[in-house]
Formats: sequence, C-alpha cells, structure tokens
Amino acid sequence: MENEQKNIQLNSHGQLCHFLSIDGLDREMLTEILDTADSFIKVGERSVKNVPLLRGRTVTNLFFEPSTRTRTTFELAAKRLSADVLNLDINTSATSKGESLLDTLRNLEAMGSDLFVVRHADSGAAHFIAEQVTPNVAVVNAGDGRHAHPTQAMLDMLTIRRHRGEFENLRIAIVGDILHSRVARSQLTALNMLGAGEVRVIAPGTLLPSNLDAFDVKIHNRLSEGLKDVDVVIMLRLQRERMKGALIPSEREFYQTYGLTSETVAYAKPDAIVMHPGPINRGVEIASSVADGSQSLILNQVSYGIAVRMAILSMCASGQTRTAGSQE
Amino acid sequence: MSGSSLKIINGWLVDPKGGTEQAADLFIHDGQIIAIGAAPDGFVADQEVDAAGMWVMPGVVDLAVRLPEPGYESRGSIDSELAAAVAGGVTTLCCTPDSRPVIDSAAVVKLIAEKANQAASARVKCIGALTQGLEGIYPSEMHALKQAGCVALTNLRRPFASNRVLLHSLAYAATHQTKVFLSPVDHSLEDGGCCHEGAISVRLGLAGIPEIAETSAIATSLLLVEETGVQTHYSQLSSAHSVELIRHAQQQGLPVTAGVAIHQLLFTEASIEGYNSAFHLQPPLRTEDDRAALIEGVIDGTIGAICSDHQPVSASAKMAPFAATESGISGLQTLLPLAVQLLQEYSLSAPAIVERLTHGPSAIIGLEGVGLTVGSTADITIFDPNARQTVNPDHWFSGGLNNPYMGKILTGKVAATFVGGRKVYESEPDA
Repeated sequence: MENEQKNIQLNSHGQLCHFLSIDGLDREMLTEILDTADSFIKVGERSVKNVPLLRGRTVTNLFFEPSTRTRTTFELAAKRLSADVLNLDINTSATSKGESLLDTLRNLEAMGSDLFVVRHADSGAAHFIAEQVTPNVAVVNAGDGRHAHPTQAMLDMLTIRRHRGEFENLRIAIVGDILHSRVARSQLTALNMLGAGEVRVIAPGTLLPSNLDAFDVKIHNRLSEGLKDVDVVIMLRLQRERMKGALIPSEREFYQTYGLTSETVAYAKPDAIVMHPGPINRGVEIASSVADGSQSLILNQVSYGIAVRMAILSMCASGQTRTAGSQE
Repeated sequence: MSGSSLKIINGWLVDPKGGTEQAADLFIHDGQIIAIGAAPDGFVADQEVDAAGMWVMPGVVDLAVRLPEPGYESRGSIDSELAAAVAGGVTTLCCTPDSRPVIDSAAVVKLIAEKANQAASARVKCIGALTQGLEGIYPSEMHALKQAGCVALTNLRRPFASNRVLLHSLAYAATHQTKVFLSPVDHSLEDGGCCHEGAISVRLGLAGIPEIAETSAIATSLLLVEETGVQTHYSQLSSAHSVELIRHAQQQGLPVTAGVAIHQLLFTEASIEGYNSAFHLQPPLRTEDDRAALIEGVIDGTIGAICSDHQPVSASAKMAPFAATESGISGLQTLLPLAVQLLQEYSLSAPAIVERLTHGPSAIIGLEGVGLTVGSTADITIFDPNARQTVNPDHWFSGGLNNPYMGKILTGKVAATFVGGRKVYESEPDA
C-alpha cells in the first residue's frame, strides 16, 4: 500500500502549524523554536511581561489527565501572549461514561477556540485531534500516553543550550523509567535531531523498552558506568504504580541502585548539570541534597517552560494564519 | 433431466486438488458438477455463463468470520455479511462464537442456521464456544454443540482460568472427537497491548504485545495437545516462532494444523505509523521477518488455511486514539484480491494459493464435496484476476466499512459466485 503519510505538523510553507511530537521536525525547526524561546525569556524579565501576539485568540487547555506544572505554564504562556485562556480539566471517568473524545472535541470547537493544548492518557491522542479539528485550529501536545511530551523536551533542550552550549560536544544521560516515559522519548528524539555528541539511557532492564532501534542511544544498566564523563544528567520520575507491575522490587532498592545522590552525582563531570521534569520524588530517584544543590537546574527548567510554550503557541498560531491566508 | 442446469464456458479452471488447471467448460446439474470438458449426452443448460479470461475455482472456505448477529446488530446483520461473503467469492464461512449470546448452546446455533437459511447465500458453519460463555472456567456442552452442527470449538483469544481448565477442555473435546481451534495468548504478557511490541510501538509510545505472549502460550498448549491427542487447529498465527513451533509439532506427528489471516501475509507493524487504526488488529501485525516466515509456512504447508478474519465494526469504533479503537478489518470482500497481490509478489502458483483458500480449510473442518471434479458440490467462484476495482461504500455489502482499502484500487474482482449451482452473486458491470 502506498505511503500516504504527510507531516501534519507543518503547513504548505513548511511552517509549524501543530506541535505534536519532535518526530518529523528537522534541526532548523527545533533551533527556531529555541531561538524564539530565548527571545521570550527576555520578555519574562521585564516588569510588563505581556506581548500582543495572540490578542483576540482563544487558547483552550484541554487536560484529560491531571497536571499542575504543565497546565499552569501553558496558561501563563498564553496569557503573556495576550490570549484568552480557557482551562478544562476533563475527568476521564466522565468521558468514559459515553462521550467520545471526538464528541468532546466537536463541542469545544463550537465555542470557537483557536488553539487546543491537549493532554491525554492515550498515545496518539493529540495526533488524532489534529487530524479531526477544523482547519486553522492548532493543536499542541502537552503529553500523550507514553508517546511524547514535546514541549517538555524543548524546554529541556533550551536549558541544556543555555547552560552548557551547543549539543555536539555534550554527553547526556537520561536515568530511570525510560519504558513508560513520554518525556524520555521526546528528549531522545530531540537530542538525536540536534546532534548531541552522545546520548545514554541508564535503567534496569525492566524499565527499558524492548527495542530502542528508533533512537541513537547507548544503553547502560549501571549508574556508575552510565554517568561517567557525562555533562548533563536528566533524572526521570519513578511512578509508584511501577512496583505493582513487578518491574522493580521496591523504591528503596531503586534508590540504592539508580538514585542520584551526592555520591553518585560525582560519577559525572564535576560541572555536570542536573535536570528533572518534575514533580520530583525526593529519596526515590533523587536526593534532596542534589535536587536543591548547586548543579540542579530543576527550577530554571520551570521558568524556561513558559518561554518555550510561548514560542510554540505563537509559532503554531502564525503557521495556521499563514495557511488560512494562502487559501484565500 | 430434471432440476436446473448450468454451463460455465471458456473459463480457466483452477483446482489444485483435482489437479486441474486448464481451459475447460463446466457442466452443472442439480447442484453438482456432472461433467468437465464435453457436455454429457442430452445436457441442456438453463443458464450459461461466459468466464473467458477468468478463473473458475471452488468457492472460498473462510474459517474465521465474526457475524454481527446475534447481539451486535449495529455492526451489520447476518444478511449483510453473507452478501459480503459471496461478493468476496466465499461460499462457506465459519462464524466465531463471540456473539451475544455466545454460541455455547444448540439454541444459538439453530438461530444462526435459520437466519443463514433465510438469507439463502453463503453456507454458514458455526464454531462453538470451548468453554461456557467463553469465560474459560467450565467446558461447554460439547456433545450438544457438535450435535447441533458446530464444526469446531474455540475460546478465541479469551483466557482460560488455568491450564487445568484448558487441559480438561481439550481432553473433553477429544472424548467427543471434536475439533478445537486455539488462538493461544498469555494474557499476563499481553497486558493491555494494542500492537506488536517492537521499534515502532516504542517510538509511538503504544503498549506492545510481545511475540512471546503468543509463542509461550502455543508451546504450552502443544504439550497439552500431545497429552490429550485432540485434533487442534491453531488459527491466526502472527509470528515466525509460532510457525516454527507448529512445524516442529507437525513433524513430531501431533494432530495440529494452522491458519493465518490474509493481512498478516501482506502488512507489517509499519502499517500503524501515524496511528492508523485501520491496522489495529488482534493478533497484531508484526515484523517483516514474521511476515516472511508466515508466507514460507503457507508455501510449505505448515499453514494450511488462509482466512479473512473478518470483523466488521461500526464507523465510530475506529475514530479514536489508536489504543482506544476496536481492532479488526472487515475483510471478506478483499480476501481474493489480496491473495492475488500475494501471487504477484511471490510468484506463487495460482493453484497453490487457491488450495489454502479452499481445500486446505475444508480439510480442517471436514467439509466434503469441495472441488471442480465430477460429483463435487457446485460451490463455484468466477474470479477475474486482472480486473481493477475501486473499493467503495457503494459496492460494499458488509455492515463494517473498516477496510484499509476503502477508496483505493485493487486488482482482482469476483465476477460471480454460485452456491449449490445457484447464482448468489454477480458483479455489476461497472462496479
């Protein structure tokens, strides 16, 4: 059967019109997002933080899964772009009572939203919504199942670039539950696309996907080996329900073998930076001394998250406008 | 001569069992083939069909069709699916027991048989439930189901409460000399998966079904089959290792056969790129190596039957994020055209592939009188292997539009279908 795949993230001019995954975006596009975000960081440092780029537009935060940080930073980003913001926390148990995702979407479209920011427990949900929305409405993925969390990955890339410079020279390790992590998938894709020098994942075999052929990555089972000479350490959150799946015996054993502590962080380069997408589990994947220590950039990540989301929202809105204009 | 008479002229007869692959005329009287080549003395045809440039072959016998009745009428009806069957050249189909109620009593078998008789289209054989309610706890009333006409019993991909229940179900089936269809899955290893576990599932973030969920269950069940001696058909294999396990068991003399769905021979996990729910299937499409091994199994006979694994679903069932969609392809009408694609790709012979669609499955369910030989039942399909057709809803009979070829062009088209010498389908000239 012929391959009919087209990249629905780009409009006919090759501009971003949806932001669903890092997959399918080239290095220039990722760099443009980072450069745009850099310029918005300066806006955030002013006393008047708003710019009028999305004045008159409505951004709907459509969250089928609970979230605090991602949703609030999207809300702040939209408000700083002068958009009207609608926050909808949709209890998934309510939708499972009968209304399909498609019906929910049709209802919200009728309210005239210009951008949907979507978080959903099913992989591919944002992709599905982008295929179904009316033309000129943009969809931004705020996390779908295990698939992708591309705005998180971009804020991580921005953090790395601002604090450690260009990617070619860097060794980067991602530690923890790679198997279930949409953040890890998006980070790996972004790091590969941006040409990172060496990318490693560090985890027990039970928390690694069965097949990582899609990524250029080195696999380590031992923290001491995996962190050696590393410039950037990215810790992932360990979900408590993983213990139920017989994947690891206990939090204690995980902390002993993969926890980032003052001792284990020393395996990395002395000036290595430590990152975490949050929320952190102190004493499970990371010690307080490291999370709050001088190498940690965990709080910087949060503020960069606003700038990155401003960049992505404004680029998608402009990509949709361009598409609309070219059709007339 | 009494009864109706039919003459099919100028066709290319394709019947592997009779050793027939020749241009010859076919003479049918009273539902049976009475002569090949020259007309018998005094033969007067009531009806004459010109099959120039087409295959004249035994009607397809499909071992895996999910009928929407009883219980799932929003997906279609027995009428609609039998119309789809004959439009696809299928003259006998075996329906799966996962109706509502489940086919675990003679009453449900009778209900389906009555509706099928009223439809007067393709023949329907029921596959009964191996356990009551398909719940995997108590063996079904196998004697009663067999008496009612079930050709085999199965639990589909549903779990058994324990290997003890599976063992006893197989032993009880052996007692009643009933054929068992197994589609073994270790559900603890499947664990909510919706596609093959591999590079693509990892990248798309979809929970995968590892190959070992199938192979470990097949390996276990083969030991139980050996223990009980029950005649077993492994339906819808999906992996290379499964083919190896079955091949080895056959070499050891175990009474096992195997089948595969046509889409497993043509597509791989790559088809789900972009979260294409049309290819959400159970068992899932796996790798190119698996596909190659399944084709090899079809060629060497390890796999004796190719089925459509027809599963019509409602339109909304495929409109959701991938994992939330229903699995299945409404495949009866595309079975033969897809089989022709296979021929072109692998330079298989037409009789070899026709065998796996007709005599192979017939032998598995003990269906007699199949073939293009004198005395055979006149269940015949006339198929134009070169005609091109656009698959479209206007010429679609199944209640489920869930076919990945919808709107696309396929080569190969059923021209006419006969059941018991009676024309039950004829394609429209411009269809």
